[in-house]
Amino acid sequence: MFELLFFSLLNGVVTGLLLFMLASGLTLIFSMMGVLNFAHASFYMLGAYFAYTISTYVGFWPGLILAPILVGLVGAVVERYGLRHVHRWGHVAELIFTFGLAFLIEEVVQFIWGKDTKAYQEPEVLQFALFNFFGQDFPAYKAFMLLISISIFVVLLLILTKSRIGLIIQAAITHPNMTAMLGHNVPLVFMGVFGVGAALAGVAGVIAGPALGTFPGMAVVLGPIVFVIVVVGGLGSLVGAFVASLLIGLLQTFAIALDYSVNDLLMLFNITTDADSALRDLWTLSLPQIAPLLPYLLLVLILIFRPTGLFGKRET
Amino acid sequence: MSNISSAQSAPGSSLFKVFRPWIFLAVLLIILPFIFSSGISVYTMNLMGIFIIFALSYNMLLGQGGMLSFGHAVYFGLGGFMSVHFMNYIEYEIFILPMFLVPIFGGIIGLIFAVIIGSFSTRRAGTVFAMISLGIGELVAASSLIFVAFFGGEEGVSGDRTMGPNVLGFDYATDVEVYYLIAIWAFITIALMYMFSRTPMGRMANAVRDNEERAEFIGYSQRKVRFISFCASGFFAGIAGGLFAINFEIVTEENLNALTSGVVLLMAYIGGVGFFIGPIIGAVVFTLLQTLLSNYTEIWQLYVGVLFVLTVMYAPQGLTGILAMHLPVIRMKRVGPLLMPYLRIGIPTIICLIGLVGLLETVHHVRSMPADQTMMSLAGLEFDTHSVLPWVIMVVFTVVGGFVAKSQAPQFREAWEEAHAPVSSDGGSAK
Repeated sequence: MFELLFFSLLNGVVTGLLLFMLASGLTLIFSMMGVLNFAHASFYMLGAYFAYTISTYVGFWPGLILAPILVGLVGAVVERYGLRHVHRWGHVAELIFTFGLAFLIEEVVQFIWGKDTKAYQEPEVLQFALFNFFGQDFPAYKAFMLLISISIFVVLLLILTKSRIGLIIQAAITHPNMTAMLGHNVPLVFMGVFGVGAALAGVAGVIAGPALGTFPGMAVVLGPIVFVIVVVGGLGSLVGAFVASLLIGLLQTFAIALDYSVNDLLMLFNITTDADSALRDLWTLSLPQIAPLLPYLLLVLILIFRPTGLFGKRET
Repeated sequence: MSNISSAQSAPGSSLFKVFRPWIFLAVLLIILPFIFSSGISVYTMNLMGIFIIFALSYNMLLGQGGMLSFGHAVYFGLGGFMSVHFMNYIEYEIFILPMFLVPIFGGIIGLIFAVIIGSFSTRRAGTVFAMISLGIGELVAASSLIFVAFFGGEEGVSGDRTMGPNVLGFDYATDVEVYYLIAIWAFITIALMYMFSRTPMGRMANAVRDNEERAEFIGYSQRKVRFISFCASGFFAGIAGGLFAINFEIVTEENLNALTSGVVLLMAYIGGVGFFIGPIIGAVVFTLLQTLLSNYTEIWQLYVGVLFVLTVMYAPQGLTGILAMHLPVIRMKRVGPLLMPYLRIGIPTIICLIGLVGLLETVHHVRSMPADQTMMSLAGLEFDTHSVLPWVIMVVFTVVGGFVAKSQAPQFREAWEEAHAPVSSDGGSAK
């Protein structure tokens, strides 16, 4: 039991931090532009595909640097020539634009790379078990993912709170007009933040591609979950996104690891169920089965009872 | 069908004038299968009818109520599942019921779920509503794979539409009979949804969409107004789902997941959410693209995606908005001077598009085919994808077409503005 909990905890933290890399960019972009970027997970997918193509030529490590830069450039172009153009038609149009963009990027990815899963793999240097605990291996690549996500979190926090650029960004979030008056190019800041947010998603894609698979549906798999995190954590709150990422990561891994069903619960109270009734699916319902449901359940409950999210200050 | 929207502007006109678009619609629905009688076109029209109802019900939320939903397929899918279960009840004679009434039960289940979900999701519009609808959509889609008894798991639930008592000798064995069933339902629901948008309730939905605060100040609860729109929308989506169940005799998880929710948003938006007939046009165009284009090309979804993004960026009023922009010109009888500019910008644009589409198709062919299959045919032309000439021709088409079209743009804009200039007092044109 202990080793199960231990490994679930580790895996949950790895997943959570990976999700945070996406959520941090998304929540920053939201606090600047007030728009939830549906295409954010598509940048994550682009990161994985770019890195895959780069890795076939020059190996994994250059891809880790180049792919996020490319994704960041794509993101900046999207902001400059797409989102800024649609902005005049209001938030709903912006939301629909990013939604259409997500659809389009998936089609473009299928057009360029095809529909099959790409054989994008972790570098050989990291293909060993870091340690062995109760007879279970912990792959070094997961530790590497952990390391990258934590360092990015620290760097991001330092830049935002300690550096001059971070101060300008924070000022542009709360008082865009005043910041512009002081001579800062606010649209450029917006474009930069959007690009960096996309690049962060790209990094997540580069390191998640080998672990979770590189296929055209990878954005759809992760996209809604990232939304859940951003809303649950509180829109615009970086700390909230961090907590919610870990929460969702742990929730999902533990729900899969702990195989309990409603039947087991009823057994505790000595209630037996009829295996043929119309409600039979309800009695055999188990935690791993409802694991994919839990984030959305959490989302709906949060939106009903605490629309500001766990750490947010303003309502969505 | 564009007459529907113009009828409202003449309240004092005779009864015939008010009903003219509806008579036109009814006649059109009756004669369509005689004009397009092949199997594939009847199939397409059936799908169109279903999607028209679905897209119109979606527009009750987005266009008329200002609620952006990412989970509207929930009501469509649940209505479909309920209907297919009713079809099975009829088959096992648990209920004695003619088949054409089945969609009502789809509508009722859509309504029930809309009441439940709307009771908490319509409190706010905007992002909160969009996020709740997304969450609910994912929730229902994921649970549909868990509750196998009702949703049938991966393979879905299938039924048989030919069962039940025959009314007037219809047993729905052929697609044409189903067409008329769908046509009647479409006519009724289009009329009902149109009437809904004309009621004080429908007008209040517009008011809440435009400014919820003002609506509250004149004494309406924005939440209640949104809730009623939401319930009505769920009901009609359920009916569309029921018709889907009868038409295809199978309903699967795919009919209530995020993809279908996205498709309905796409249809309504491409058609134009600001007009009542917008979603109708959107549904017709989308279904045509889906059924016809997919016969010719594997990458049709790429084209649809491009069309959608371009619509959002440059024509937020949709295809109907583009058509409606021409109404004043037609009314002022200034179509003539616009013809030449249209030709001068249209022909190069088409040449550019031909080049682009050719390039995309050829690239796709090269990538998806085994390396030794270099011959491909496009629009009746056979050529070798590994020779240089076709590529040169297509690039020249794209570049030259694009360049000429761009050079014509200022002249076109000038002609367009001239055609739209207000009529001067002496009755002549402004210039």
